[in-house]
Amino acid sequence: MLRRFFWLVFLLVPALAAGVTLNGAGATFPYPLYAKYFSAYHKLTGVRVNYQSIGSGGGIRQLYAQTVHFGASDAPLTDEQVEAFERKFGTAVVHVPTALGAVVPIYNLPGLSTPLRFSGPLLADLFLGKVKKWNDPRIAELNPGVKLPPFPVTVVHRSDGSGTTYVWTEYLAKVSQEWRDRVGVGKSVSWPTGLGGKGNEGVAGLVRQTPGAIGYAELVYAVQNKIAYGAVQNRAGKFVLADLATVKAAAAIDDFPTDTRVSLTDTPALDGYPVASFTWILVYRDLDKNRAFKSKAEAKALFDLLWWIVHDGQKLNEALHYAALPEVAVRASEANLRALRYRGEPLE
Amino acid sequence: MNLRRRYLRDRIMVAFVYLGTLVVLLPLGFILVHVFLSGVGALNWDFFTKPPAPPGEPGGGMLPAIVGTFVIDLMALAMGGALGLGGGVLMAEYPEHPLNRPLRLVANVLGGVPAILMGLFAFVVVVLPMGGFSAFSGSVALAVLMIPIIMRATEEVLRMLPWELREAGLALGLPRWRVTLSLVLPAAKGGIVTGLLLALARAAGEAAPLLFTAFGNSFLSFDPLGPMDSLPLKIYVYAISPYEDWIRQAWGAALLLVLLLMVTNYLARRAVRR
Amino acid sequence: MKARLYGKLGDALFTALLVALALGVLGVAGLLAWELWVGGAPAFRAFGFWGFTLSSEWNAVSERFGAWPFLIGTVVTSAAALILAFFPSLAAAIVVAEYAPRRLGEVVAYLIDLLAALPSVVYGLWGIFVLVPLVRDHVEQPLFLWSAEHAPALMGLLGPPTGIGMFSAVLVLALMILPYASSLARDAIRLVPREQREAMYALGATRWEVVRRVVLPYARGGIFAGVVLALARAIGETMAVTMLIGNSGQLPYSVFGPAATMASVIANEFTEAEGELHLASLLAVGFLLLLLSLAVNLIADFILRRMSVGEGRK
Repeated sequence: MLRRFFWLVFLLVPALAAGVTLNGAGATFPYPLYAKYFSAYHKLTGVRVNYQSIGSGGGIRQLYAQTVHFGASDAPLTDEQVEAFERKFGTAVVHVPTALGAVVPIYNLPGLSTPLRFSGPLLADLFLGKVKKWNDPRIAELNPGVKLPPFPVTVVHRSDGSGTTYVWTEYLAKVSQEWRDRVGVGKSVSWPTGLGGKGNEGVAGLVRQTPGAIGYAELVYAVQNKIAYGAVQNRAGKFVLADLATVKAAAAIDDFPTDTRVSLTDTPALDGYPVASFTWILVYRDLDKNRAFKSKAEAKALFDLLWWIVHDGQKLNEALHYAALPEVAVRASEANLRALRYRGEPLE
Repeated sequence: MNLRRRYLRDRIMVAFVYLGTLVVLLPLGFILVHVFLSGVGALNWDFFTKPPAPPGEPGGGMLPAIVGTFVIDLMALAMGGALGLGGGVLMAEYPEHPLNRPLRLVANVLGGVPAILMGLFAFVVVVLPMGGFSAFSGSVALAVLMIPIIMRATEEVLRMLPWELREAGLALGLPRWRVTLSLVLPAAKGGIVTGLLLALARAAGEAAPLLFTAFGNSFLSFDPLGPMDSLPLKIYVYAISPYEDWIRQAWGAALLLVLLLMVTNYLARRAVRR
Repeated sequence: MKARLYGKLGDALFTALLVALALGVLGVAGLLAWELWVGGAPAFRAFGFWGFTLSSEWNAVSERFGAWPFLIGTVVTSAAALILAFFPSLAAAIVVAEYAPRRLGEVVAYLIDLLAALPSVVYGLWGIFVLVPLVRDHVEQPLFLWSAEHAPALMGLLGPPTGIGMFSAVLVLALMILPYASSLARDAIRLVPREQREAMYALGATRWEVVRRVVLPYARGGIFAGVVLALARAIGETMAVTMLIGNSGQLPYSVFGPAATMASVIANEFTEAEGELHLASLLAVGFLLLLLSLAVNLIADFILRRMSVGEGRK
C-alpha cells in the first residue's frame, strides 16, 4: 500500500512540475471565458495558465505588487495608474482586449411580453430615484401600447466594486448632466437610492425576487437567468436590444486608439448597443521588469498565449455569450504584442 | 405561593425551554435540507476525481479543491494549534502570569475581526515578502482565525478539571511542568481535540481570507509554496457565475463541505466522550 | 539534587515555551492591528480620526469617506441579533444540560454545534432563497398593505417590501451567533455542583425553581462570557450579512430598510478598490472594527469581574 503510494507520488511530481506555469488574476466578469481559453490552451500546448477572479481592482493591484504574470480588468487603467506604473517600474502597461460585454437594464414587471424601451436620460432618472412609479408618463411615452403597472420603482445596484458598475455609470454620466454632477463614474459610487446586491448574481437575484425592481447586469446573466431586459436608445435614436451583433457594431470604430483604451458607451454607430465595453488583460511592456517572470521562456509563453487569444481564441467567445473582437482591435493588439520585450529582446 | 401554581409554572417553563430549542433547530433543518437537495445531484465520480472543466463542457470536478482544502487546513491547524494551545495552557495553568490578561483580551478581540482582514494580514506578512501566492500564506491566514477559538477552548477545558488533580500531582513531588504534561493535558485530551476540530471546521468554511493568499489553482498541486485551490474558494467563484453547471457544482461543493464539517463535528463529540 | 534540577530546569523550559507561544499570539494580534493602522493612516490623516469616524458620507467618486453609517449598522444589527438570540440560546442550553434525557441532550448539543460549523455563505444562500421571500411575503407585505390603508405616514419609514434589509440580516445573524452563546452557557450549567441542586430539591423546590434560583445565578459568569463571545462573532460576521442586508451606504432609516455593516463594506469593496484613499479608508474601517471589538471586550471584562462572585474559583 505504502509502496504504491510512493510510486504515485513519483509519477505525479514530475508530471506536475513539467512545463511553464503562468499566474494571472483580476476581473470576475470574463472568468468563465478565461477558464475556457486556458483549458483549451493547456490541451493545445501543455502550458498551464492559472487564472483567479479576485476582482479588477485586485488584478491591477496584484500586477503592481508583481505577484502575477498578468492582470485582468473590465476598465482600462486611468492615466494616473499608467503613470504610477511608469514611475515605479519604468515600463508601460500594455492593454490586450480579449472580449466584449454589454450591460443591460433588467427589470421585474410581471405580465409584460415585449422588452421595454428606455432612453439614456430616463435610465439616469430612474437610478437617481426621480422616476418613482412604473406608470410614469415618461416611461409610457417611450412604450406606447404597453400596459404599465402602478408599482413603485425599486432600484437595485451592485454593492461590491465592479467593472459592470463602471460601464453603467459611465454611460449614465454621458447622457445625463445631473448624473455626472451628483453621482459620477466609478467602480463603486455613492448611490442616491436603492438596494445593493453582491455580484451580478446578487443583483439578478434581487431583481427577480422583487416586483417593480430595476437593476443592471451583464448581458449573459440576464440571458442565463431568463430575466427580462430592455432596449436602450442609442445616439442615432434607435432602440437597440443588446446581442452579440449590436455589441460588436458598437466596437467597430474607425479611429481605433493604438493603446486600445477606448470607451464604447454611447456609441455613434447606427446599430450599436450603447452600453458596451471591452475587457482587458494587462501586462508589462518590458516583461523582465515584473518580478513574477523568472525566465525568458515564461515571457515567450505569455506572448504566445496572448497572440493565441486575440486570434484563434476568439472562436470560443460566442458560445459563452461574449462578443468576439472586431478587426480593428485585433490589429491594434498585434502591434502592441509585437512591442513586448524581455531584457530588450522581442518575443515574436 | 401555593403549590399548584408552582407546579404549573414548572410545566410552563419546561414547554418554554423546549420551544426555544425548537425555534433554534428548525432553521438548521431547513438549511440542511436545502443544501442537500441542491447539491446531491452534482456529487458523482467525476466530481471527486477530475480537475474543473470550463462551463459548457460536461464532467469536470473538484479534485484540486478537495486536495487543497485538506493541505491548507491541516497546515493551518498545525500552526494555529501550537500557538492556541500554548496560550490556552498558559492562561489556565498559570493564572498568575502577567501575560494572561492581554492574552484573554486578544482571544476575544481576534474573534471579532472579519476573516477577510486575516487574509490581508497574511498577504502583507507572507505573500509580499515571499514574492508570490502560496498555500502556506493561506494557512497562515486561517491559523490566525483558529488561534482565538483553540485558545479559548483549551482554557475552558483545563479550568473544568478539578484543582485537586494538580494538587495530587504536586503532592507526589512532581514538578509543575510534569503535572501539566502528564496529568492535566491527558485528562483534558478530549476537550482539547474538540476545540481543535471546531477551529478546523470554522476555518474550513472561509473563502475570504484565501482570496489573496492561497489564490486558487485550476490544476492539481501539492506544492505548499505555490498557489493552491480550496473548496470555499471554488464555491465562491462558481456561485457568482451565470452558468448552470457551475452553479450546480457550487452547491455540490457546499454539500460536500457541510458533510465534511458534520463528520469533523461528530468526531469532536466522540473525542469528548472518550 | 538531580530531581531538583529536573524540576527547576523543566519548569523554566516549559514556562519559556508557553510564554514564547503566548508572545507569538500577542505578536500576531499586534502585527494585525499595526498593519490596519498603517494601512488606514492615510484616511485618518485626510479626514481626521473623528472626522472619519463620524462622517456619514461614503463616496468613492469624490473620494470622501466616513465610517458612521457602517458603525451604526454594525452596532444595531449586532445588538438586535444578540437580543433575539439570548433567550433561545439559554433555553437550548438549559434543555441540553438540565432537562433533556441524556441521549436527546447529546443530539441537541450536536445539532447546535453544527449550527456553529456551517459556513457563512451557506447561511447567506439560505437567507436569500428561503428567508427573504418569507420575510417579504409574510412580514413586510402585510405591514406595508396595512400601513397603506391605516397609517400612510408609516410607509416612508417601511420602504417597499423587498425582504432584503436589516430585518432579514438580523434574523440570520441571531441564528449564527446562537450556538456560541449556547455552548458556553451549557458548559457553565454543567459545572454547577450537584450538591447545590440537591440541596434545593431537598427543600422541596420544583425543577424550574432550581434552575432559576441556583443554576442560573451560579452559571451566570459562563453565560455572560458566552454572550460576549456571541457579540464578538456578530460584530465580525461578514458574508451572510453582506448577502442579506441590502448594502446601502446611506444611514439606515428603519429596521426593514437596507443598511451596511463595517465588515460588509470591507467585503464588498476591498477586492475592487483602486484609489489609494479608498483602500486606506477600507483598512481604516477595519481598524475601527478592531477598536469596537476591543471596547466591547473591555466593558465585558469589567462587568464580568464585578459579577464573578458565584463563578467558582478564580
